[in-house]
Amino acid sequence: MSQKKEVSRRSFLKAGAAGAFAIIGSTFLNSFTSAQKSVQTMDKHQLHADMKNQLHEGMKHGFIPSSEKTKGFQMAWNALTNFDYGKVSTLPDGRTMREYEITARETNVEISKGITFPGWTFNDTIPGPTIRCTEGDVIRVKFRNISGHPHSIHFHGIHPTNMDGLEAVLPGGEFVYEFEAKPAGMHVYHCHVAPLARHIHKGLYGNFIIDPIKPRAKATEFSMVMNGFDLDLDGENEVYTVNGYAFAYLQEPIKVKAGDLVRIYLSNMTEFDPINSFHLHANFFNYYATGADPEARPYFTDTIMQCQGERGILEIIFPAPGKYMFHAHQSEFAELGWMGFFVAE
Amino acid sequence: MQKYKMIFWGILPIVLLAAIIMLIVKNGTGVQSNPAAPIEVLNIEKITLDYEKGFEVKVLNSGPEEVTIAQVVVDDSFWNAEFLPSDTLKRFETGTIKIPYPWVYGDPHEIKLITTNGLIFTGEVAAATDTPKASPELFWQYALIGSYVGIVPVGLGLLWYPFLRRFSTRGMHAILALTVGLLFFLVIDTFEEGLEMAGEAPGVFQGTGLVWFGALLSFLFLVAIDQSNGRKLVVNSAQGKSLSYKIATGIGLHNFGEGLAIGAAFAVGEAALGTFLIIGFTLHNITEGVGIAAPLLKERPTWKTFVLLATIAGAPAILGTWVGGFIFNDTLAALFFGIGAGAILQVIYAISKLIFKQSADKGLSPVSWLNFGGLTMGILLMYVTALMVKF
Repeated sequence: MSQKKEVSRRSFLKAGAAGAFAIIGSTFLNSFTSAQKSVQTMDKHQLHADMKNQLHEGMKHGFIPSSEKTKGFQMAWNALTNFDYGKVSTLPDGRTMREYEITARETNVEISKGITFPGWTFNDTIPGPTIRCTEGDVIRVKFRNISGHPHSIHFHGIHPTNMDGLEAVLPGGEFVYEFEAKPAGMHVYHCHVAPLARHIHKGLYGNFIIDPIKPRAKATEFSMVMNGFDLDLDGENEVYTVNGYAFAYLQEPIKVKAGDLVRIYLSNMTEFDPINSFHLHANFFNYYATGADPEARPYFTDTIMQCQGERGILEIIFPAPGKYMFHAHQSEFAELGWMGFFVAE
Repeated sequence: MQKYKMIFWGILPIVLLAAIIMLIVKNGTGVQSNPAAPIEVLNIEKITLDYEKGFEVKVLNSGPEEVTIAQVVVDDSFWNAEFLPSDTLKRFETGTIKIPYPWVYGDPHEIKLITTNGLIFTGEVAAATDTPKASPELFWQYALIGSYVGIVPVGLGLLWYPFLRRFSTRGMHAILALTVGLLFFLVIDTFEEGLEMAGEAPGVFQGTGLVWFGALLSFLFLVAIDQSNGRKLVVNSAQGKSLSYKIATGIGLHNFGEGLAIGAAFAVGEAALGTFLIIGFTLHNITEGVGIAAPLLKERPTWKTFVLLATIAGAPAILGTWVGGFIFNDTLAALFFGIGAGAILQVIYAISKLIFKQSADKGLSPVSWLNFGGLTMGILLMYVTALMVKF
């Protein structure tokens, strides 16, 4: 370390800028330190100069996530590509029936390397399973509540109001939600028992995708839920993630093929912060808000924002091989866990 | 036989206690309860800043159980960190966390430690500045600050002695009352500082208690010394001199505390000890010299006595600045302020006794308007000059 410092100091002097810096540095420092400290000014300035030339290794990078494939990391990777199509059968009238089982209970979830969050979960993960079906299918969700609190599942979409999830299912209770899936688009589901903020922020939510009858163009597809975790329960999130594990896709970038269509089903289930956002580096994408209107013209951009509960579909083509960063454009969220990479090959 | 009986009754409760503890350890208490939240306590003891290396945080696990630090967040940003000796700290274990963060001169920074149970402990840097490193130069600078705050003002205050000598008994009493006023201010100030330090100290060490225990014990200790001295010395001639030494000692303890606070503030970059602040402390403490000189007005002290008094009262400020600047510890500081407060209280007690005794001898009122005025003046002087150094 000290040897490296010597070299850089010498090369810096060679560059001939030291003198100029010394003058700037000393006037700068003199303006707010007492005169008796001016002796040290040269030293401090020298350190500054060194720092500029060769930042401390760690200072260059900020945060390098652990490479350990923890349980939480696996969970986030499963959430990215696992779509639950349910148990399929055909009804007498010819319609497709899809049956799902969702269980609510308390589960400790790893939300960042080493940090455990005492969550309330659907099927033991945050976010819960991504439910996927086609418009017109009959959805039957058998909901069991084996947690210590009343919960429910409130699906977004068009359905009879008695299937809206406003009635709490008591601990030990069961309820079957059954309705026809519509409209096609990107939706979410979440618990709708008061107090809402608490029930949602503890982890009771997930993505709900209804494919149009005429399928969308073939693509590599990912599901992403943006969320936050309030560890000290002060009404502010300390950790932000996509799919429940901080820096999951920074630790291991998402692999895609250059030139191929990539589709992301993105929702915002962040509690406490009104909005969250998605920003893609070095590329643009087409954004369909909610994705329910077949005639909608997409929004061509590199940054979109979503309010709490808002969601949409992103269609991306990576033009060339490379490492494309993506993150919330709220820098704070990004540096508290919501940051990742696509690697196009 | 009688003796054995006595030993038996002395030991029986201890044997029973041991038996009950063994039983509880083996079978539990029979009271079922799990804490609603994990109990973890981390104390951030010291944050050192370095331009090249970033932050170095000293943490103490003062909670009942082992704690593992999972992540470090600086200014709302996850950051790399190196844990020495380990990210897991046993009870009462101290660890060092090295965080290579490019902090900004003069900016506030916030360091959060998140444990595996999701508990958060926060350390704050009020205004970032390179932490002074121990060097002969800094040692000398701290000594200089200490002497500006301690020796110089006390010495100057003592120079009023020839002027004060020309006062009558009543005038002298007024001066003594002024001293009581000064000291009363200092007691309050010392307690306040001590309790503030106590608030920062790890809860497990009961800092607030330490302040009161320190005060009570030092007060009683000095009273006890007085009593044993009083029994030995029948002649009352050296009374004024010994009182002066006691005042000097009390003030010395206070100045040690003051030095401690200044050194610590300087080390963490909270106080840019500008010329103004140093002048403030010098003015504030000059009255302390008057207080020390007051009981001597009827004696014939030599200049050596004055040098010694100035050293006893002033030099601890230098020592305090060193300790505060290089090895600061909130818990010890709290205890120390307590001891200082107790010592000053005892001096107030002794001076008051002197005033009452002499007034009774001469048939004067102990709480005359003149004395009351002196006391008020003393408090006012301290209060007004304190405006320059409180921040």
